[in-house]
Amino acid sequence: MKARVFITLKPGVLDPQGKAIHHALEGLGFSGVNDVRAGKLIELDVEDSTSDSDIEAMCRKLLANTVIENFRVERGG
Amino acid sequence: MKTAVIVFPGSNCDRDLAVALEQVTGRAPAMVWHKESELPEGTEFVGLPGGFSYGDYLRSGAMAARSPIIRAVIDAANRGLPVIGVCNGFQVLTETGLLPGALMRNARLNFVSRPVPLIVENSQTLFTSGYSQGETIHIPVAHHDGNYQAHAETLDRLEGQGRVAFRYAADVNGSARNIAGILNDSGNVLGMMPHPERAIEPAHGSTDGRRLFEGLLETVA
Repeated sequence: MKARVFITLKPGVLDPQGKAIHHALEGLGFSGVNDVRAGKLIELDVEDSTSDSDIEAMCRKLLANTVIENFRVERGG
Repeated sequence: MKTAVIVFPGSNCDRDLAVALEQVTGRAPAMVWHKESELPEGTEFVGLPGGFSYGDYLRSGAMAARSPIIRAVIDAANRGLPVIGVCNGFQVLTETGLLPGALMRNARLNFVSRPVPLIVENSQTLFTSGYSQGETIHIPVAHHDGNYQAHAETLDRLEGQGRVAFRYAADVNGSARNIAGILNDSGNVLGMMPHPERAIEPAHGSTDGRRLFEGLLETVA
């Protein structure tokens, strides 16, 4: 079974990478982009028996740095 | 003083740190591979070197902070063993939770590699007794992820407890309050982005880093 872990910077944490992407979009002539935040997607292929709390533990112990990042898990597929 | 330098795949300042320690202590450090699970018997000081451990995969320092030897380093640090993390070593220390906050991509996204002036904010620590309070010293930085960030309350606590060891004299990478190096609450763990081991001999352009290791030797030995 697939589990997708979305890792995003917490609101308020400066995202220089997102800012650079934003500038590049503007440089390409795309207008109307108010803000860009860059994050990570990590796809796990796990046994069906893997519990939500197992995946949450993986996120807290390694996949996300909860000092600066939030995470969200989508299961299925 | 019996010292050890931890070596991760991708460390690249481990030998510089070893040379600096050998020059100051008169004894070559033990080079300890990340797969080891124990520090050598009698280790009195541990250094986590700069570099790009595990290719900076996931986050700088994230993989190294979960390596087998780090459990031993955390246990030793919690028992009061002096530990320094330089550059990538600082990133590893924040990832382990031994030091608060996080080191993020430099605010202007550029890799910064040059000597920078640092202010010694606290000269009453294990690591900084070789300096005078408020002194400006010159030590090189070389990093992409040196932008120190933490919650405002954490920053206030660090400042209030004298745990900011070094501050950049001017903005280098966007770090909150220009913080360049911090201590844990018991004062035996120092993380800093600048490289004291690259300012040891006159040929390096500055010998200001040498006094950090000399001060440490004096307080520990």
